[in-house]
Amino acid sequence: MATAAKETGIKPAAATQVTFLEAIKQAMYEEMERDPAVVLIGEDIGVYGGAFKTSEGLLEKFGWERVIDTPISESAIVGAACGMSYLGLRPIAEMQFIDFIVCAFNQITNFVAKGHYLWNAPAPIVIRGPAGGGVHGGPFHSANPEMYFVHTPGLKVIYPSTPYDAKGLLKAAVRDNNPVLFFEHKFLYRRIKEELPAEDYTVPIGKAVVRREGKHLTIISYAAMMHTSLEAAAELAQEGIEAEVIDLRTLLPLDEETILTSLKKTNKCLVVHEDTKTGGIAGEIAAILCERAFADLDGPLMRVTALDTPVPYSPPLEEYFLPNKEKVLHAARQLAKY
Amino acid sequence: MAADVVMPQMGESIFEGTITKWLKKPGDKVERDEPLFEISTDKVDAEIPSPSAGVLKEIKVKEGQTVPINTVVASIDAAGSAAAAPAQPSAPAPAPAPKAETPKPTAAPAPQPAASKPGPVPVPSPQAPAPPAAAAASAPAKEGARIHSSPLVRRMAKEHGIDLSTVPGTGAGGRISKQDMEAAIAGGGGVPSPFEPAEEPAYSAPTPPPQAARPAVVPPPPPAYAPAAASPAGHGTQYIPSLQTGVPRERLYFGNYEVEPLSTMRLKIAEHMVASKHVSPHVYSVDEIDMSKVAALRAKSKDEFEKQYGTKLTFMPFFVKAVVAGLRAFPTLNASLDGTNVVLHKEINVGIAVALDWGLIVPVIKNADEKNILGIQRTMNDLAERARSKKLRPEEVQEGTFSITNPGVFGGLFGLPVISQPNVGILGLGAIEKRPVVINDSIAIRSMCYVTLSYDHRVVDGAVAHQFLHKVKETLETWSSPLV
Repeated sequence: MATAAKETGIKPAAATQVTFLEAIKQAMYEEMERDPAVVLIGEDIGVYGGAFKTSEGLLEKFGWERVIDTPISESAIVGAACGMSYLGLRPIAEMQFIDFIVCAFNQITNFVAKGHYLWNAPAPIVIRGPAGGGVHGGPFHSANPEMYFVHTPGLKVIYPSTPYDAKGLLKAAVRDNNPVLFFEHKFLYRRIKEELPAEDYTVPIGKAVVRREGKHLTIISYAAMMHTSLEAAAELAQEGIEAEVIDLRTLLPLDEETILTSLKKTNKCLVVHEDTKTGGIAGEIAAILCERAFADLDGPLMRVTALDTPVPYSPPLEEYFLPNKEKVLHAARQLAKY
Repeated sequence: MAADVVMPQMGESIFEGTITKWLKKPGDKVERDEPLFEISTDKVDAEIPSPSAGVLKEIKVKEGQTVPINTVVASIDAAGSAAAAPAQPSAPAPAPAPKAETPKPTAAPAPQPAASKPGPVPVPSPQAPAPPAAAAASAPAKEGARIHSSPLVRRMAKEHGIDLSTVPGTGAGGRISKQDMEAAIAGGGGVPSPFEPAEEPAYSAPTPPPQAARPAVVPPPPPAYAPAAASPAGHGTQYIPSLQTGVPRERLYFGNYEVEPLSTMRLKIAEHMVASKHVSPHVYSVDEIDMSKVAALRAKSKDEFEKQYGTKLTFMPFFVKAVVAGLRAFPTLNASLDGTNVVLHKEINVGIAVALDWGLIVPVIKNADEKNILGIQRTMNDLAERARSKKLRPEEVQEGTFSITNPGVFGGLFGLPVISQPNVGILGLGAIEKRPVVINDSIAIRSMCYVTLSYDHRVVDGAVAHQFLHKVKETLETWSSPLV
């Protein structure tokens, strides 16, 4: 399997600029072409092509047996996908908005996640959908529910930040024999573009990546906040503060080694995530650093996160609720000076 | 060991404060709890006591600057080695919000327009303000001071056999940082922190992007305006929506003139007044009250009252009682509007506008309905006195449910006050003076007083307003309750 062009430094010959959305679509298309066991299931994904048009044209190409429109029942979608996977298929189930994944909470946490442990029957399914705020979607169309599932043994949870990673990780997820939850930040769908290699590639699940090198502190982030963190790091550099930025990419299993390696260099750590504060991944990272690198800490772990409230509908309130560059800068300056 | 002094949070909804005056200079000795600096927030002005004893080592936020709460504004050297401490120009605490600095307040005691002028109660000063507690008889000895470090620093010290008490700390609050340890290991002395932003000069440089992109309301500098160096903040061109001029700015400057920056309090009043006029459609109703009965009662009992209770008897408590009666009868005036909901307050907390030489503040008589004339008079005197000595606590200017202002004290016939948000009504009292009035077809001389009610027409209609005024009038004209 051709590995990440980015990581090997090899530029593919026929490269084109594609959006995050397009990268998702390419991944599904290519996996369906590669493996006839791969099927899509979800609401409005066939005739309509998906709420965000991520599966547009796939019905025409692969037919109704492989692109399955369902009634509005997330529980049924996940249950059906789980059953199909036991019979040898590799379904990709779409949640129209990831907020509604909790309608399938029982299916995911009690059946999909435990099948391998209980019956030696892993469910090779992917559950994917648009997540995140910043687009004035209000409390029911902006959620970041990743931590419900990071807390659930038996699942893998991915939340990429770039088109390249989205494509490579989604393909890896489809090929993985375990159930994988794949969160796509809808703010990024059309806002970022990237050249993708023409040839087949995957990005390994469970590996974080250092997006920017630095020595004074480490900023750990993922999804849309990774870009916010990079912007903040660029501004910090002008003040003489060199921040290292880590993109987690996979939340479960968490790449502890990359985090620890960076912390041993910078000795200070700031976690930025769009999920709410209490029970967010930042708390977990704080605990890991205390357990595994206490004597390397030169300052408290700091967090920049959303507030502990539902995502507000009002645009000014949503802006207040979400982390942003200014909040990251504020925390990073404090930590650097500590 | 240096301790940081931070901008305190003076109330739940307060996020920043302006340092109006430093009461100590760098190098001065300060006791714990001794007044260190004065601040002004959108709620109150206050003196801030020193958090610890020692020597004021460095002032990081100058007078006139506005900073978010918890910003380090100074450091105090507990060991008292100020002379030895190099006054290094330390970096400011981080400033996320691009907040322009607020003008340095002037002490100009210019009289304000009477319309919004409140009625101060002539206040005897029964109790002298408590002297600042001179605590901390002996400053803590050096060996008692804690060394602030981190797990990493302690590990490095152990590995290299370094005594941490010999390492000078340059981190926040004198903390020993990794860089300090690296310098100590390398055999060097103190190191300059690599994190000092190169050229950000204290707080005054806001992070520009979003604000700067705003359609610049940066008119040409006024011709005779003092050069930037003379005004510490260079604030002449800051953009504050409520302070926009109605005409191009050039047209303000002609002939001879003088330019003075607004004080912080003046600025807050300006913002509040514009906001109030913006959100509340004001309607004004006027009534006339015959105060003869109350005036006679007051004239009869005021000497005895003062002798017995040590406080002067004014008209104001009678008005407060009458307003309480009115609010009880018409609770829609004791309310606030929250979107599509009216919040009907169960407490009756009456704010009384108090004129100050430097502005105006509205302390609140909480639960005025539970107090008698003496209780109201005492509470008012106490609040007014402390308003003038900047000793009000933030909660004492919050949670008012209705306000009273007294332009009459300055001889005004009546005034049309602006509602103090989030109230829906404010009562303005005119001067009480003897006027000829017609009673039973004969002309009599009575002590008359115009009262005006400004009310928010979103919540209160004219009918209710006039019924309320009538209740106030009736209560005062048929006064019968005892004073105590």
